[in-house]
Amino acid sequence: MEKRINAGNKKPHDLRIDITKKEYKDKNQNTSNTAIKDMNFYVPQGEFCSLVGPSGCGKTTLLNMLSGLDEKVEGTINYNDGTKPKDWAIGYMFQEARLIPWLTVKENVEVVTNQSNDSLKLGEELIKEMELEKYMQSFPSQLSGGMQRRVAIARAFVNKPKILLLDEPFISLDQNVANLLRKILLRSWQNQKTTIIFVTHDIREAIFLSDRILFLSKGPSKVIHDLKINIKRPREVDDKDIENIRNNLLKKYPNILSGKI
Amino acid sequence: MIKNSFLDNPVTMRIFSFLLLIAVWQFFALILNSNVLPTPKTVVDIFTYEIVHGEMLYHLGVTLWRVILAFFIAMLVGIGLGIAMGSKKNINIMLDGWHILLLNTPALVTIILCYVWFGLNEIAAITAVALNKIPNVLVTVREGTRAIDVKLLQVADVFKVGLKKKFFKFFLPQLYPYIMAAARGGISLIWKIVLVVELLGRSNGIGFKLNEFFNLFDIASLFAYTLSFVAIMIFVEYAIVSPIEGRLNKWRNV
Repeated sequence: MEKRINAGNKKPHDLRIDITKKEYKDKNQNTSNTAIKDMNFYVPQGEFCSLVGPSGCGKTTLLNMLSGLDEKVEGTINYNDGTKPKDWAIGYMFQEARLIPWLTVKENVEVVTNQSNDSLKLGEELIKEMELEKYMQSFPSQLSGGMQRRVAIARAFVNKPKILLLDEPFISLDQNVANLLRKILLRSWQNQKTTIIFVTHDIREAIFLSDRILFLSKGPSKVIHDLKINIKRPREVDDKDIENIRNNLLKKYPNILSGKI
Repeated sequence: MIKNSFLDNPVTMRIFSFLLLIAVWQFFALILNSNVLPTPKTVVDIFTYEIVHGEMLYHLGVTLWRVILAFFIAMLVGIGLGIAMGSKKNINIMLDGWHILLLNTPALVTIILCYVWFGLNEIAAITAVALNKIPNVLVTVREGTRAIDVKLLQVADVFKVGLKKKFFKFFLPQLYPYIMAAARGGISLIWKIVLVVELLGRSNGIGFKLNEFFNLFDIASLFAYTLSFVAIMIFVEYAIVSPIEGRLNKWRNV
């Protein structure tokens, strides 16, 4: 992988992850487990990169480190310009919409910004882009699940993040709603040219969305396969290529989704 | 049909209930025909006279001021300690014993000690009242802090919103139901204690006047003063506390 990095043009916000070891303490048993070991990868600025792996493969731990919540790690996570996650503007989508129930749609988007005129304006634009302008003054409890996710997408993009982290954001939604949200996500991503790290279990979803998919092993986790997706955009959900890529992959590595190669 | 709609309508029922109370009062006042139970009319006469010519408004004002001051001090300290004890185990262990001690100290003891230690002054009076209320606020807010939804705080963390905003927009609103519960119980408790404080060591306020009426055996004035202050408290409940609560709970009721 190093070769390719050196060959390409480096940009200041390319993301470099070199984790030698990441342990977490099990409070109940007072033991420490290794969640991640020797995980190295490089995400060029603006890439849509998915992480696919079995449950318990340390994806949440990795996201916590990328978002700057967890800084205890042996190794480095930084941009090419040397900055660390805690200095970055980050967008985040959780498994549920996780809106603040006592804030209106508009306030939910604005609350994560610095409230400057520019970001308030962008907030309104994003809400309009999500076709929610009629619901600006509504509370989250008045919205459907799909609409709540759209607010969460607007919130994720409102700070013009250099990096956007998504933790299975479209899980537990019906497929039509999820597909619509995926398209909205892609549109916003292309507008803002954000680097995206997208965690999912759903291989079809990963192929449809991504430029590249990294497959992770079971804990202690590392990258076991690096797959480029070269389907031309815009893509369709029922694109034959998606199914082909999936079938070829599973033929070659039947156990890849359980973290073995 | 008419009878039913009368019983079903909460407004008419409330008015009826109020009139019934006045009627019962009037009835016994007439039967007893004694100074110890004046008729409603006597009380109203004294009330109007006091409002126009007397000192009632002054004493009501003084007491109300003490209630407000003690209330806000008790709420601020109680909320601060409640949050600290609810979120940090060590602080809780450290302060819990003191808290239980204060919770179980009779109001009268706190009042006497404050007067003895700080002198018969305003600071002692307010401190004594606040000390009586703080433990109750603390218990409620501590419960609320323990029930905080950490997932919402994570949102503040990943978006790096800053401590002040995290506290006021993500943390504190989760405590509002608990704070409102503490406030509601607080006002009625506080004004009762303020009267005792005034009776024991101040030379103005409702409590001071009630003591005077007791010595003069002037039960009609006692009624007039007490009912006036009760009216103010009812006004505070309907005109201030309920609207605030409604505003804070708007998102729940849509």
